[in-house]
Amino acid sequence: MKIKETDVAIIGAGSAGLSAACQAAAAGARVLVIDENHLPGGQLFKQIHKFFGSRAHQAGTRGYVIGQQLLDRVEKSGAEVWLDTVVYGMQKDCTLGVVHEDEHWHVIAKKVIVATGAKENYMAFPGSTLPGVMGAGAAQTMINVNRVLPGERILMLGSGNVGLIVSYQLMQAGADVVALVEGAPFIGGYGVHAGKIRRAGVPIFVGHTIKEVTGKDKVEQVTIVAVDSKWQHIPGSEKTFDVDTVCLAVGLNPMTELVWMTGCEFTFIPAFGGHVPMHDRNMETTVKGLYVAGDVTGVEEASSAMEEGNLAGVAAAEALGYLGAEEAAEKKKEIWGRLETLRSGMFGEKRRTAKQSQIERMEAFEAGAACGQKGAAV
Amino acid sequence: MRKGRVACIECVQEIPCNPCEGICRFGSITVGEQITALPVLHEDSCTGCGLCVANCPGLAIVILDKSYSETEGTVDFPFEYLPLPAEGDEVDAVSRGGEVVCRGTVLKVTRVKSYAGTAVIRLKVPLEYVDEVRSIARLPRPRQ
Repeated sequence: MKIKETDVAIIGAGSAGLSAACQAAAAGARVLVIDENHLPGGQLFKQIHKFFGSRAHQAGTRGYVIGQQLLDRVEKSGAEVWLDTVVYGMQKDCTLGVVHEDEHWHVIAKKVIVATGAKENYMAFPGSTLPGVMGAGAAQTMINVNRVLPGERILMLGSGNVGLIVSYQLMQAGADVVALVEGAPFIGGYGVHAGKIRRAGVPIFVGHTIKEVTGKDKVEQVTIVAVDSKWQHIPGSEKTFDVDTVCLAVGLNPMTELVWMTGCEFTFIPAFGGHVPMHDRNMETTVKGLYVAGDVTGVEEASSAMEEGNLAGVAAAEALGYLGAEEAAEKKKEIWGRLETLRSGMFGEKRRTAKQSQIERMEAFEAGAACGQKGAAV
Repeated sequence: MRKGRVACIECVQEIPCNPCEGICRFGSITVGEQITALPVLHEDSCTGCGLCVANCPGLAIVILDKSYSETEGTVDFPFEYLPLPAEGDEVDAVSRGGEVVCRGTVLKVTRVKSYAGTAVIRLKVPLEYVDEVRSIARLPRPRQ
């Protein structure tokens, strides 16, 4: 077993982790970023569409270009990046158990930032285990990273931005999307994304779900059915499509396993995808020195993840004395301003209030802990 | 539109986004400090240059021109599918819902670096369809 000591260890080299690395390393901290994938960038390199947001936020720039810019900044910052490296566990003192280049390492860092992102939800229905049923994110990785078309006739379930964007990108890659199906009575994602696939002639069935997928050894047909206000199937409303692929874009949940291992306090926020670690306005959790950033703190989107990463990086650097209180406060104020903007409008409001309550629960917990009433605040 | 080329912004939800405001050289689009506000077009100063068409991440802006001829107008729209049509091609023009509404003639296909991969197609259609046509049907891919 080998030992690696560093100032800041960051788990996850995606939007949040790389942003945190830039901030902490730029301030002068020794930074190690660890990722289990063989390429850094997380989900950014799958995003071939132009991002929304403000011009200050590189809006209008395609995701993979933002990823490349971020990587260049990390390289210049002096942060070390370990790829193909698995963090299999974290002790209560935040020592990391790591397998790197076939060797077992203990990584001991003064501050740890967990930026592990989220994973796709799955949905079970008859035939859901047939080859050809896959997560929309998986299909997106196939077309945009590995350049493999998963199928030629695809049905997409879920009309959030993931379902809408991946449908569009599947058509750009040469597939036909025969239908987009949404259980709720309305389209979940941005109207402009829906507009793109409507112009391409894709029918959108709201208030419908998948009844079953059939086929010998692989997906051959999918039957959808209308649902009532209690999500019960309405008999007689079935429609069947010949398809070779069914994609599920039914939400994501935060990848929190490592954070749980430390004994960190969690709180349940459905709008964020389930149980999420409590954290303060510095992204620090109830475990001192353990920070979280990005989708692991609650599923949002890439721009917010980058800003949370910036925040955690600045806060960790400040806590280590690499940034003065005044300088850090200035940076954090700017970042929070940008986060407020990203969490505004008809789509952002729910995330803004969810994040607010996550931080308030942390404050209540801390206050309770100070009075010796651990856990009473949730 | 009768006077000439002018932008038409079909951005109807308050999402945090403002590249259109910055890209316009004529100050003809304003969003303001609160970037979830809807963009406002100032038609009088809009020259129909089309920079916003390729730079709107939502692909929600088109340029309309009802002055092209007595009976024809043009629609400039963003297009991100391959293959691209060639200038002079007769193609199926589609509505916002993807229905073929008429045939159109491709007058111009613009692909420049600053458009970052988005092509802008100028399509000539019968005048009465200018308000309806928003794209063209995807063209078949050559079999590999």
